[in-house]
Amino acid sequence: MSSIVNIQGMNKYFGDHHVLKDIDLTVDAGEVVVIIGASGSGKSTLIRCVNGLEEYQQGALEVDGQALAVNGGHQQALNIIRQEVGMVFQQFNLFPHLTVLENITLAPMKVKGIAAQQAQETAHRLLERVGIGNQAQKYPTQLSGGQQQRVAIARSLAMEPRLMLFDEPTSALDPEMIGEVLDVMRELASEGMTMMVVTHEMGFAREVAHRVVYVHEGCIVEEGKPEDVFDRPQNERTQAFLSRVLKH
Amino acid sequence: MQGSGFTFDWQAAVDSLPYLIHGLPWTLLISFGGLVVGFLIGVLAGLMSLARTPLLRWPATAYIEIFRGTPILVQVLFIFYGLPDLLGGPINAITAGIAAIALNSGAYISEVVRGGVKSIDKGQREAGVSLGLSRLQTFRYIIWPQALRRMIPPLGNQAIVSIKDTSLFSVIGVGELVRQGQLYIATTFTAFEVYFMVAVLYLAITIPLSIILRWYERRGQVSAR
Ligand SMILES: Nc1ncnc2c1ncn2[C@@H]1O[C@H](COP(=O)(O)OP(=O)(O)O)[C@@H](O)[C@H]1O
Ligand SMILES: [Mg+2]
Repeated sequence: MSSIVNIQGMNKYFGDHHVLKDIDLTVDAGEVVVIIGASGSGKSTLIRCVNGLEEYQQGALEVDGQALAVNGGHQQALNIIRQEVGMVFQQFNLFPHLTVLENITLAPMKVKGIAAQQAQETAHRLLERVGIGNQAQKYPTQLSGGQQQRVAIARSLAMEPRLMLFDEPTSALDPEMIGEVLDVMRELASEGMTMMVVTHEMGFAREVAHRVVYVHEGCIVEEGKPEDVFDRPQNERTQAFLSRVLKH
Repeated sequence: MQGSGFTFDWQAAVDSLPYLIHGLPWTLLISFGGLVVGFLIGVLAGLMSLARTPLLRWPATAYIEIFRGTPILVQVLFIFYGLPDLLGGPINAITAGIAAIALNSGAYISEVVRGGVKSIDKGQREAGVSLGLSRLQTFRYIIWPQALRRMIPPLGNQAIVSIKDTSLFSVIGVGELVRQGQLYIATTFTAFEVYFMVAVLYLAITIPLSIILRWYERRGQVSAR
């Protein structure tokens, strides 16, 4: 299998703060990798490096064959990568001044030059797929959190990404809405989408992930199949973390 | 007004109106022309002040500081009486007035633009570039439309301030409202009534503007976007 993400010896600093330490990680096509770890351990920073939202200082990062240079160099590679990598944020980040439909059609029309009508047809199809086909003309603030996050997923999918990044996509949601978003993600995974998911939903991780990566203070201290990481964690830090989060 | 035996002469006030009205187009022309140019300057300087390179930031900051830190009266006197020495020819008083409003409001509008753009959550930019939009596209389609909506109330306030500022241009002989009033009073000596009517004419412009702004702000609160 070919790898879509290839990270080698990556180090990332915020000023003096060493946030990612010698990260080695590859993600293969069709693979779902779930990243877990305590708050502040560097999970967001890690996946934000993958689409260039954060720069890194040492090591190498390749996404879908494009090398993303250290310190944000190589704008052209960045542009290509961002068109092929979708990102879903904890806070949805929908565009509040645009309708749901316009949120979804904006990038395909402006970036890929797709005609309005075709972009709208695609958008309607995607909205059906995420289960909110009848909300196209509404504005984001008129939707529930769960619906907004599903629009955000549809918006990313409209660019036909090769890889989807999820940064705690359900952490800002009321509990009763978490399921509907996880359902969409589960379906995406079953259709073969390559995904990197930061989440605290351990049930989802166990069920959907092909591989679970545990990050502790900027280091990957353990990775493996979900049943191995959850049931037989080797590292004592992983054990401590899991016993804390799985208790409730 | 008992002591002085003064009574408000309604007839004098009403009589002055046809004369004062001649000042209205000039007040409106200078305000409108100055604000349109001021908006363009303000957008340019505001965006420059947000740039990463100091080469763009510095001139914008200098401009903003200079024109916010000096009185508009001094600015217009400088333009009207001072600049001709430099240019080698006189400047039309209307042009000088429009230039003064443009440069002065431009400095304040830069700050409005800067604040408006900075107030947009950084997640909006991140979502835009993550979708593959360029930085310019992200600004044009995502940041700017949202910033502009937030800028409208302060822009409206600036419009009201600038409209009132045009009254100072009577000193360079622009035939705007105040100047018309002064000329009229010189023959009738009804200062109280005439300045009262001048004030009424300003209010006739500024109050509707205020009402529109209030309406806009209330509407914004309801839809919350
Ligand atoms: N923009 C930033 N500037 C400075 N420090 C940051 C920034 N973003 C994150 N950090 C720091 O980097 C570390 C990792 O953060 P983050 O990747 O957000 O962790 P996680 O997503 O695992 O909670 C934290 O200590 C955080 O305070
Ligand atoms: Mg995070």
